[in-house]
Amino acid sequence: MWDLCTNALDTAELRGASYGDVRVMHLRQRDLTTKNGQVGTLAQSESIGIGVRALANGAWGFASTDRLTREGVAGCAAQAVSIAKASALAKRSNVVMAPEKAYIDSWQSPFRKDPFEIPLETQLALLLAADGEMRKVKGVTLTETNMQFRKIDSWFASSIGSRIHQRKVISGSGIAATSFQGGEIQKRSYPNSFGGQHALEGYELVDSLELVKHAPVVGQEAAVLHTAAPCPERFGTLILAGNQLGLQIHESVGHPIELDRVLGQEANFAGTSFLKLDQLNKLKYASNVVNVVADARLDHGQGLGTFAYDDEGVPAQCTDIIKDGRFRGYLSNRETAHLIGLERSSGTMRTESWNRLPIIRMTNVSLLPGTWDYDDLIADTPDGILMDTNRSWSIDDRRYQFQFSTEIGWEIRGGKKVRMLKNPSYSGITTEFWNSCDAICKFDHWTLWGTPNCGKGQPMQTMGTGHGAAPARFRNVRIGTAFSKQ
Amino acid sequence: MTIPPTARKKTGKVGPPELLSPRELRGIIQSVLRLAKSTGSAETEVHVDEVADALTRFANNGIHQNVFERVVTVSIRTATGGRTARATTNRLDEDSLRATIEASLSLAHSQPRDPRLLPMPGKQRYRTVKRFFKGTAALTPEDRARAVRLACDLAVKKGQVAAGIFSSGMSQTAVGNSRGLFATYNETHSQFSITMQEDPAASWAKADSADAREIHPQKLAARASEKAHLAVKTQELAPGRYTVILEPAAVLDLVGFLFYDFAATAVDDKRSCLNDRMGKQIFGRNVNLTDDVFHPLQKGAPFDGEGMPRQKVQLVDKGVPKNLVYSRASAMAARKKPTGHGFALPNEYGEAPMNLVFSGGDCSVEKMLASTDRGLLVTRLWYIREVDPYEKVMTGMTRDGLFLVENGRVTGAAKNFRFNQSLIEMLKNVELMSPARRTTAEESFEMVVPAMKVRDFQFSEVTKF
Repeated sequence: MWDLCTNALDTAELRGASYGDVRVMHLRQRDLTTKNGQVGTLAQSESIGIGVRALANGAWGFASTDRLTREGVAGCAAQAVSIAKASALAKRSNVVMAPEKAYIDSWQSPFRKDPFEIPLETQLALLLAADGEMRKVKGVTLTETNMQFRKIDSWFASSIGSRIHQRKVISGSGIAATSFQGGEIQKRSYPNSFGGQHALEGYELVDSLELVKHAPVVGQEAAVLHTAAPCPERFGTLILAGNQLGLQIHESVGHPIELDRVLGQEANFAGTSFLKLDQLNKLKYASNVVNVVADARLDHGQGLGTFAYDDEGVPAQCTDIIKDGRFRGYLSNRETAHLIGLERSSGTMRTESWNRLPIIRMTNVSLLPGTWDYDDLIADTPDGILMDTNRSWSIDDRRYQFQFSTEIGWEIRGGKKVRMLKNPSYSGITTEFWNSCDAICKFDHWTLWGTPNCGKGQPMQTMGTGHGAAPARFRNVRIGTAFSKQ
Repeated sequence: MTIPPTARKKTGKVGPPELLSPRELRGIIQSVLRLAKSTGSAETEVHVDEVADALTRFANNGIHQNVFERVVTVSIRTATGGRTARATTNRLDEDSLRATIEASLSLAHSQPRDPRLLPMPGKQRYRTVKRFFKGTAALTPEDRARAVRLACDLAVKKGQVAAGIFSSGMSQTAVGNSRGLFATYNETHSQFSITMQEDPAASWAKADSADAREIHPQKLAARASEKAHLAVKTQELAPGRYTVILEPAAVLDLVGFLFYDFAATAVDDKRSCLNDRMGKQIFGRNVNLTDDVFHPLQKGAPFDGEGMPRQKVQLVDKGVPKNLVYSRASAMAARKKPTGHGFALPNEYGEAPMNLVFSGGDCSVEKMLASTDRGLLVTRLWYIREVDPYEKVMTGMTRDGLFLVENGRVTGAAKNFRFNQSLIEMLKNVELMSPARRTTAEESFEMVVPAMKVRDFQFSEVTKF
């Protein structure tokens, strides 16, 4: 692979590139699903190719091909330079890149069980067993289970001399039960909605989920939700379970801090940000108990945003985003870092595949654990609503106003969970919401959740991001608007 | 080797790419079928998909990203003894194709037998559609850069900031199986999308066509520029129910969420909003909806994931949902004929209509405005998600231009609203429609939809801008 990379870089330089980097990537994926006790999807795929990014005449060009011959790669590199020169016809200014060292390294994400080595029969048997447990519950009308595994090899080379090989193994799995009764559809998922939990782990992740053990409760809750009281409409105290809080972090912290959005580069599609450059180190983003980091290092955990180097050859880092409630950092790359006075990229350039340009992406944007024991938090709440497992999510294109609904809610009275609530929802303004946080549970309740489906960029790229979260409490939150009949 | 030498030569070229010829596509499929015959696969289906796409992206009045991709993918489904599975690769050498066949067979053998699995379909007849334009395929990065430059120049002249894309490309797909079925389709595509920003406002325009000559970047830029300027001074309105005039992009992104509900499998799974509602008057009598891949404003292959010919299906007739779409499997279960809307097997979703066409009306947006005492003109919507799957309540935000209409004319701009609106209720409340046109936005795939004037549209909260 390194010969192909060098060939591409040499060609780019010969054609007039002042800088170039290339990514050869080999992606392997296995997808298994069941529905109502039958196998649904059963598929395996691989994709291999090269993407060449070239800087010429002060502008970028990118080309990709799956023809990994000397001629194919050279043609691709020449095309990247040709495109860069066309970009220069309508450039605004010359691209300036923050300095970075050259690295020669090889890294593999840790895993105990290679999911591609686990017999398919074993994997399907587990899914069908969980599916069967949910179908035993009266009132359940649809059962679904899934597993997804990915193995990604990438070879990064740049004209400053970097040669970095990384291998990542990613696993994901979950189950869901749906119940249609009396003109109403209710659903419960485990351990999270939209495919369950996903992490930079091997098959041990699936083992840890104990799908069959949890399946009966998933089915029962889906069926019982029909008879639960509707979530009231009011302002009040809200406790978010970790899986919902993970998505709240993603949407209302992770996206606003992407520097490309702040600079208007995503204005046409993903949107911009309410954050302005002069708010760095000044804005009181959240209450004093809130600390958020963007941490791609393995030390933070095996999340979907964990790696050794980003796709621009910058080592993984931990960046303070919110410290003691104050806004402290953006997600940047080599091109944008200098615009906020940084001497170096924060290492967040990531690409979905060899045929996509790396763009600024969340890594693991996590809310650091607080001090509360979960039982104490519930006991300390005389009147509130606990919401668990996302059902719908939406936020405006500058990341101010959001609305989320969850699959299930619980009314808390006198420090106890007293009854189930259906159709829970809450909404708010990002900074007001985070400033209303008064309690975060401790590390014992903290999970590094995986969001496998973050869409951004044109052409669209889907990326996995990590979000560590423990249950947390928010005060005076608007609750119940999504299902208001007014 | 399964790729002919001529095709290999093409892939190494610099300059406008060329797609594989029909003969080369057929050659790949025949090679896979020949290899599969010796591996124990009772039946084999092969998909070959090829894409050569380019996209020029601009922001802050200049190009900042500019990309090209080319990929050929071969996807192989084997079926044996009531078991089927799929494996996919983009490596086209014989060893890789054989390994992919073996992977597919290995997956298939790992599962219990499915007595409902149908044999693969035999040879079919297809109606041809022409959606490949050589001029679009030949567009260069320089062509796109010049158009972008003009749009950005307009922004600079107006004191605004432009961001957007200009994309062009071509794709083709072929499907064949061991029972003699063979189908192929190619098309070109082009899109121009622009957001004009005049602090603190923004507005947007976008067009999509198989023929780049139908795309007019400067007109789109001028429209977005004018609306952005109009949106600079906003007032905050109280949430509540408003009469809205939804431009086609706003209509598309809402009604696009209905497409999956018309799948027979979704109804069978009891997750469609049409459960217990087929044949009932649930929408207004002015709502007519078909799925029609042959419509002159539509795109896409005239066959489905199994190679079955797509049929035109009347989904809603005078406000009554009349028909669903069927794959071969769901048609067999429901004792209906397949409509050619199945996804590639195996899958758990069955099928969906992908070429929706609303019948529309004859009222212009200007006449809708003139007929409105008080309401809101909505340019487009954003981040739409399903809140209640059965009542089809959707939430989302207005974006890039929300205008107050009073006494028949636009009198100003308003801060963006969040909506929580049932689509079933919305399609009961349509008062006027424009002629339907090919429409593109960001939340749904392209469809043929009109602008709509809708009463009692529910806005629940307001944002800060």
